[in-house]
Amino acid sequence: MGELQLMKGNEAIAEAAIRAGCDAYFGYPITPQSEVLEYLMSEKAYERTGMVVLQAESELAAINMVYGAASTGKRVMTSSSSPGISLKQEGISYMAGAELPCLIVNVVRGGPGLGTIQPSQADYFQSTKGGGHGDYRLLVLAPASVQEMSDFVKLAFDLAFKYRNPALILSDGVIGQMMEKVELFEQQPRATTFDQSWVTTGKTPNRERNIITSLNLDPVLQEQHNHHLQEKYERMKAEVRFERYHCDDAEYLMVAYGSSARICQKAVLLAREKGIRVGLLRPITLYPFPSEPLLELSKQVKGILSVEMSAGQMIEDVRLAVHDTVKVEHYGRYGGVIHSPEEVLDAFMKKIVGG
Amino acid sequence: MDIKDIIKPENLVYKRTPLLTSNTLSYCPGCGHGTTHRVIMEVIEEMGIQADTIGIAPVGCSVLAYDFMDIDMVQAAHGRAPAVATGIKRTWPEKFVFSYQGDGDLAAIGTSETIHCCNRGESIVIIFINNGIYGMTGGQMAPTTLVGMKSSTSPYGRDVAFMGNPLKITELVAQLPGTCFVTRQAVHTPAAVRKTKKAVRMAFENQKANKGLSFIEVVSNCNSGWKMTPVAANKWMEENMFPFYPLGDMKVDGRIVSKELLSLAGVKTE
Repeated sequence: MGELQLMKGNEAIAEAAIRAGCDAYFGYPITPQSEVLEYLMSEKAYERTGMVVLQAESELAAINMVYGAASTGKRVMTSSSSPGISLKQEGISYMAGAELPCLIVNVVRGGPGLGTIQPSQADYFQSTKGGGHGDYRLLVLAPASVQEMSDFVKLAFDLAFKYRNPALILSDGVIGQMMEKVELFEQQPRATTFDQSWVTTGKTPNRERNIITSLNLDPVLQEQHNHHLQEKYERMKAEVRFERYHCDDAEYLMVAYGSSARICQKAVLLAREKGIRVGLLRPITLYPFPSEPLLELSKQVKGILSVEMSAGQMIEDVRLAVHDTVKVEHYGRYGGVIHSPEEVLDAFMKKIVGG
Repeated sequence: MDIKDIIKPENLVYKRTPLLTSNTLSYCPGCGHGTTHRVIMEVIEEMGIQADTIGIAPVGCSVLAYDFMDIDMVQAAHGRAPAVATGIKRTWPEKFVFSYQGDGDLAAIGTSETIHCCNRGESIVIIFINNGIYGMTGGQMAPTTLVGMKSSTSPYGRDVAFMGNPLKITELVAQLPGTCFVTRQAVHTPAAVRKTKKAVRMAFENQKANKGLSFIEVVSNCNSGWKMTPVAANKWMEENMFPFYPLGDMKVDGRIVSKELLSLAGVKTE
């Protein structure tokens, strides 16, 4: 067993970044994720592994520092919370266009606008449908525990480099701020051992110059590049990950990710105490979305409640997955308010069982 | 005399550096970009640092600089080149990194990145082309457009009360502790080109010695945007741009040498 520690989710992200052999972190403070940068500085990550840690002057600068370092093949990351992620969207679109691997962490808070510093899951659309301009997708992982905050840092880097695509950890203020036991993985070397044929580290005599750009003034070539990207996003669907909770005998289903999935686990148990057989499908990857497992499960259930701390965003993907074959409703408190298991159960009884 | 008698190595007076590609320049005839590209590439060739140099192309007329410079290059979002350069330099401190930016990119949308990159003293080179106009988008007013100067978004001339003042960002960054070498040059005459090349060489030597940030403004023309012939544009530049943007070194080896800046700081120079 690896080293056990009691940590905040944000601290687990930072510790995992050091241990995953991350080469550089560029960030800007914003609640509720500032502990990531604070931890990296207090731990002297730059001494432990030689990792670069820099507080940028803005989220715009931070994401473009990530863009620069990523263009040279480094394992590089940033983290922020919703308004800061909105600012980073331009850079994320450029990175998707230029096919640069990197890790972005969003510890979501309530919006829109400056909103609140309390937890929310209302950045689902922004995370899974692109977020910035143009047709692109990110690999999106949704941790539901402090353990997964740690584990997914390593996984996200591996996936980002496998597909040369930005990966996003979509967390929220609950997972970022709560403390749990976490088993830390072993320190990985910072050695970069992937295909370096595309990186801009200086043109050597034995190769053509490398260019990192998302520009193509010829629309036909730009369309070809888009075809290439779309084929890649299709291939990324092989990475779908999900968790089934009490699904085998379920006659009803809840679908929830992140902190809402933790709350729904309790709601499932409360419903089962009443003799109602409910299961929970927890998407771990939000892009790719586990549409096929959900379609399979939909064939055995009478109704599905999509639970999310939003006005109803993921429900669109749930409905697309089940092709209108079964009733699907949304429930969630939002704008910074966290729903209780009892509230979820109550909504489930009214909207799904009794509806 | 046959042309073959002339084309001999001993008659060679000028040769394009191999670090410039043979692609046809996308710049208008008479524009200073091509000359400035050449000067930078010559310095990189002479220093033998092609294999360790990464350039950052901006948004603007020089967005396609990577088509002409035979080095590894990264195209940056509008204004963000100093941040992109920071990301590369911090993770590859032994490499040479330079950004190449126009006035809209560096002094309007990218002001924050410019100031903070300079203030952190990132050991990079910033080449800043100031032609007082947005060239690529068709001649709109830039942060450096002179008072009274016409552009497509100041068609009756820049009115300070309405549109604000032109920004002397080079004077601004010269006052920041992170900059090592700050100068303003031009490329409109052979003598000016030689001085600019000397400045570019000094900037890259500073980077080699890890002395801090070197910032070179090149006052240039935009004959298309200014709606003049190339010759008339250079004359107009000398008569109108140079008085407001005087050429010369402002800071060398971390010490301010510009009389204007010293007098602003209350230092007597006479």
